[in-house]
Amino acid sequence: MPRRQTDLPLAAAVLALTVGAGLAAGAMLKSPARRPPDSAPGRTARRSHFGGYQVAGRTVTIAAPRSRIYDMWRNPDRLTDFMEGLAAVQVSGDDVTWVIDTPDGHLAVETRLVEDRENEALAWRSVPGADIEIEAKVQLRDAPANRGTEVEAHIAWRPQAGTVGQWAARLRGTDPKVRGKQELKRLKMLLETGEIATSSNRRAD
Amino acid sequence: MRALTWHGKHDVRVDTVPDPQIVNPRDAIIEVTATAICGSDLHLYDAVIPGLMPGDILGHEFMGRVVDTGPKSTLKKGDRVVVPFTISCGACFFCQQQQFSACDNSNPVEKQEASELLYGHAMSGLFGYSHMTGGYPGGQAEYVRVPFSDVGPVVIPDGVPDEQVLFLSDILPTGWMAAENADIRPGDSVAVWGCGPVGLFAVQSALLMGAGQVIAIDHYPHRLALARSLGAKVIDFKQTHVLEALMEMTGGIGPDAVIDAVGMESHGFSPDNLMDALKQKVGIGADRAHALRMALMAVRKGGRVSIPGVYGGLADKFPLGALMEKGLQIRTGQTHVQKYTRELLHRILEGEIDTTFLISHRLALEDAPTGYRNFHGKQDEWTKVVLTPGAKGT
Repeated sequence: MPRRQTDLPLAAAVLALTVGAGLAAGAMLKSPARRPPDSAPGRTARRSHFGGYQVAGRTVTIAAPRSRIYDMWRNPDRLTDFMEGLAAVQVSGDDVTWVIDTPDGHLAVETRLVEDRENEALAWRSVPGADIEIEAKVQLRDAPANRGTEVEAHIAWRPQAGTVGQWAARLRGTDPKVRGKQELKRLKMLLETGEIATSSNRRAD
Repeated sequence: MRALTWHGKHDVRVDTVPDPQIVNPRDAIIEVTATAICGSDLHLYDAVIPGLMPGDILGHEFMGRVVDTGPKSTLKKGDRVVVPFTISCGACFFCQQQQFSACDNSNPVEKQEASELLYGHAMSGLFGYSHMTGGYPGGQAEYVRVPFSDVGPVVIPDGVPDEQVLFLSDILPTGWMAAENADIRPGDSVAVWGCGPVGLFAVQSALLMGAGQVIAIDHYPHRLALARSLGAKVIDFKQTHVLEALMEMTGGIGPDAVIDAVGMESHGFSPDNLMDALKQKVGIGADRAHALRMALMAVRKGGRVSIPGVYGGLADKFPLGALMEKGLQIRTGQTHVQKYTRELLHRILEGEIDTTFLISHRLALEDAPTGYRNFHGKQDEWTKVVLTPGAKGT
């Protein structure tokens, strides 16, 4: 679907201010080395310690039963219906190759399904020798007050030596955190409304 | 088609642009028969709202005839419809709560980032406004693509003139929700700042909801006269000390509810103003925040504050102490238009509400730039401009 780029100078300015304020606040805060753990997901920690892994994750509530969302992820070739960053998914049994769009072309990530709990969780891990060491997981929980399903997706990855810069360059301009969040929102739109919102006035040619 | 497009501060033009198409299954295409210029279009005209791009089609108050429908639309070709300015899916948690302007699914995903940064969350898509609210092409045009056409548009019976129902698209529900947010009880004294279209409809709504007296505050003589004609008492702030007058007119108690229908043109939005605010300078324009500050000072202890006026950024010298110490309640927000359209249409058809008194000027769409210039520059006489596409311009 065609989408106009919105490059809001405002966003950049606000970001600059936010970062500046954050740095100032950080400098003022004394952070003791050890505190008892809190209830928040680890990826929301001010300082993360995931070894060499990068971690990104997001939770979205979708007004749909867990089974419907599970089916969507269990048949990953349907994910291209809403994941704009995904060019194709090749499925062969439990082996799934994700073909990701990057500014420099396609990047194929070979994974295997390593966890499958019906209507609860799915996880894929990269196969040995893949360009990137990566694990992606989707967890489904009933949302409170009949609001549907809380879908938590997270991804942890460790670029192999030598490919770090290469992969980072390929994905430049597409922060995985932002990208993941946006894909989940598109899934929500598709499941709740049957379509993905666009302000384009004309169909793609 | 012909459409009013934005090109920069005080630069709007009628251009020829491609016709819209059905893009998503629930879409409909409307041929516009009447469209109005809203006070909030003047924020765009003044270029104080960010996220507009040259060539964007403005307009969020419009109605027309359905000329094309997607496979999931519930409208029929030929239906006459008024279209709410808020675009809402009808299915998400917020729409289910009738908080339509908070719809999760109508603001395109990639357009939500700036709002999340500024407000923590993105609101619904809106027609003809900033790309922060989706950048949807607006209604000051011959044709409009209407997403979720099974949820928003209100079908109008034949024989009812456009002008009687056009304002269901925005300002009538906005004035109504402003009064509803003031939680008016029988006999209440209600003060309304701003006698623009929303303020005037808030006056009308507050009286319908049983207010004992409504006191309208402005400085334009003609607008004050309109408020008076609706049954309000009026205060001209150029000649009267508003706070003293409100106390004297409410038996020394203060108004039970106050409505700020002024807003502050979202001056707080722009990066330089955010910088100013951070530097503890006035920045957002003290005059613009004046109405809300005054309303918070005027309202009685334990009273209600309703804010339909548009704000977008940060407030400086906000009387937080008055808010807390006096135990005030505040309700505000972009209008949940779809929540009110059917009831208000009924009231119009029953003759309880007339909105046509507001219209001061009728122009061809081709003359829209003249309409903007005068609605902006001659606010006393130019209270509302209705544009007709297809009509011959001057």
